[in-house]
Amino acid sequence: MLISIFNLLVFPGIIFLGVAGMSAEFIDRKLYARMQNRTGPPWFQPWADFIKLVSKEDVVPTEANPRMFRAMPIFALTSTITASFYIPLWSTHALYSFNGDLIVTIYLLTIPTLTYFLGGWYSTSLYSKIGAIRSLTQLFAYEVPLLMCILAPALLANTWSLSEMAKFYSHHHWYWMFNLLGFAISLIALLGKLEKVPFDIPEAETEIVGGTFTEYSGRLLAMFKLSINIETIVGASLVSAVYLPFGLQLTPALGILLYVGKLLFIISILSLSRTIFARFRMDQMVEFCWKIVSPLAFLQMLICLILKGVLAI
Amino acid sequence: MIRPGKMLVQVLQSLFKKSATSQYPFKKSEMPAHYRGKINFHPELCIGCKMCERDCPSNAIKIVKVGDKKFEAQFDLAKCIYCAQCVDSCIKKALESTKEFELAVLDKNKLKVTFCADVKKDTDK
Amino acid sequence: MRKVVIPIGPQHPALKEPESFSVTLSGERIMAFSARLGYNHRGIEKACEERTYLQDVYLIERICGICSHTHSTCFVQAVEEIAGLQVPKRALYIRSIIGELERIHSHLLWLGVAGHEVGFDTLLMYTWRDREVVMDILAELTGNRVNYGINLIGGVKRDLEKQHITDILKSVDILEERTKYYIQVCKEESTLIQRLSGVGVLSHNDALSLGAVGPTARASDVARDTRADDPYAAYDELDFKIVTDDHNDVYGRTLVRLGELMESYRLIRTAIKNLPEGLISVKAPRKIPVGEAFSRYEAPRGEDVHYVKSNGTDKPERVKVRAPTLANVQTVAKMLEDGQLADLPIVIAAIDPCFSCTDRLISVNSSKSETLGSMKWEDLRLYGIEWHRSKGMDFSAINKKLAERL
Repeated sequence: MLISIFNLLVFPGIIFLGVAGMSAEFIDRKLYARMQNRTGPPWFQPWADFIKLVSKEDVVPTEANPRMFRAMPIFALTSTITASFYIPLWSTHALYSFNGDLIVTIYLLTIPTLTYFLGGWYSTSLYSKIGAIRSLTQLFAYEVPLLMCILAPALLANTWSLSEMAKFYSHHHWYWMFNLLGFAISLIALLGKLEKVPFDIPEAETEIVGGTFTEYSGRLLAMFKLSINIETIVGASLVSAVYLPFGLQLTPALGILLYVGKLLFIISILSLSRTIFARFRMDQMVEFCWKIVSPLAFLQMLICLILKGVLAI
Repeated sequence: MIRPGKMLVQVLQSLFKKSATSQYPFKKSEMPAHYRGKINFHPELCIGCKMCERDCPSNAIKIVKVGDKKFEAQFDLAKCIYCAQCVDSCIKKALESTKEFELAVLDKNKLKVTFCADVKKDTDK
Repeated sequence: MRKVVIPIGPQHPALKEPESFSVTLSGERIMAFSARLGYNHRGIEKACEERTYLQDVYLIERICGICSHTHSTCFVQAVEEIAGLQVPKRALYIRSIIGELERIHSHLLWLGVAGHEVGFDTLLMYTWRDREVVMDILAELTGNRVNYGINLIGGVKRDLEKQHITDILKSVDILEERTKYYIQVCKEESTLIQRLSGVGVLSHNDALSLGAVGPTARASDVARDTRADDPYAAYDELDFKIVTDDHNDVYGRTLVRLGELMESYRLIRTAIKNLPEGLISVKAPRKIPVGEAFSRYEAPRGEDVHYVKSNGTDKPERVKVRAPTLANVQTVAKMLEDGQLADLPIVIAAIDPCFSCTDRLISVNSSKSETLGSMKWEDLRLYGIEWHRSKGMDFSAINKKLAERL
């Protein structure tokens, strides 16, 4: 019981993920700034922003549905934290695992996007509504390739459990190399999921002000921001667990170092793509995802199926 | 060749370059030699022709007679647009623009600056 | 799908100045677009009538924060024409050099803003970093980064020294190299091209019939540039070539501006090479003789027009300013026909709007007739008194007291 509470609140629960998420935001912003030849924020900037937001008043628009409006940030936060429990971080064991947790994790990671939609929709502002529709449209564009390309390694490992997959790839050392195409696709999908440039269409500030979050302020906005930060960590962990499953049997100290290294690698790729691309338009993004990324995800699946036959796993 | 990520190389190079941001409040920035900043007044040169007062586009300067051939200048720095027309209008070069540009204050009254003529010295004579 | 009308402005992140646009959307598609000008009316033209010509130069310079040299030169040219002043050659060359430096800083600024509007902030950071070079050189030449205050009726205030010339040439070299890089980026970066090409199309004929000016017109292959058509300052001796493009879209406008940057570097080099010796100003009379003049100037955004009428005193009778944005803003509705919401910021930004410069006109809706029309000054005053009274503020007693005291 005590251990469960510790797991839930401290490790790998809210506190650990919160700290990691804030650090991820700092690293992302710092790299982004350095790549643009700027100085960038000091290390405590995300914390300062968070504390400032928390200390501010929550404004709920009179037209909005107050219950939905207040509930959505909490849903977003809880679902991202819950998703982290099923992902093996630096060993082959996740906190909880069962056959099928892969699907559960992916669906738990879809819930934040749905809460952005509902939160935006129920705040009834025009900008929020347009942002809400955009985030849902975007969901349909990136979710299919993401699901397909994450299923491919699972097919090869012949299991639906993330922990089992980690075990499989630890036994067959170099098999993860077959999934590099899927790794690239999952990074693209992750950019879409985290709504970052070039896929920050739902919150494109020059078009629709703050997008879904236009009406959010104070603690509620802080919670949304925190959930996005945590989603970054959880998403990167998922990608590293599925596509970079090496060095999982090291000692815990080395394992943690390697895990942090993998996260840093993924986060820096995300900030790099944020730096060098212009924002897509909605139609361009949907077209890109359906016409290029999805067929590639299919190809990854095909590769895995053929390999399965050839290697007779 | 049309391709995505054209700026990749420069962006990565920037990672290892010194940032272009100027560290302003910590490192004072130097203005060029003929910068048009706060106006300085030399009372001993002024002959009270009031050309500066007449030409000022924003009525920021006022020349007041305080004694025999003694004049003082009252500036309203909040009104001044730092065009330095008064400097050009002054035939005796009693006005000059300085490099001083950090003029923001919290108290609005501090923006009213008076350059006093040295009246006391005059009476001593 | 149900149509929604969304307001863009007066306060909106895409707009750097307050201006109200209302967009009727069906999904992401723009069905109708209307603009409402007038949030920035400052009464500058009227204020000019109450100041002397000398003071007006500084006031006119503050019409626009970006093209301040444009407006002051345009005004000064008109006054010089009325007064019949022969401005020294050297002064004209210095005006042209400052004008081209200003164009460089304006176009680099635009490129950054365009990058920001399509979510390409890296371009914004890089161009604005490089723009500092030209801002610093302008500060060194004129004494300020904006509102240079170098123009004088009858010439310029400050001369170019040897040190200045080497500094200008050095920074032009740096900027030319950077601009070449930006041209490469704009021609090769596919995500940027996707957002710019085919967006905000203005055909050649539309550009002509709507009276577009500046890079907006030149990107629709209209070879129209005041520097070539009606050379002022030293442009008739500088061998100026008009930069045009036939893409007709935002991409074309980007290329035209980048091409003009390269042309500006060349012009500055030629002007410095041919810089004549001599005086930099002639003495201008305080009272300008009766007359009127019309002056044109190619601002970074397009053709700027000033009209000045004098009545023999030291204050002008009438000053009229037509900023380039007023000519271009009509084209936006045409460009946005059948466009997408996502393209709206970049299409508006592509005319390089400067709304504060544009707002000159007041149109008041009469609440009685419910139609758009003008209101007499007396009606407006009565309306104001009524309005305040309805809010519980009655000034009639104070007014009476004031009248008694007078």
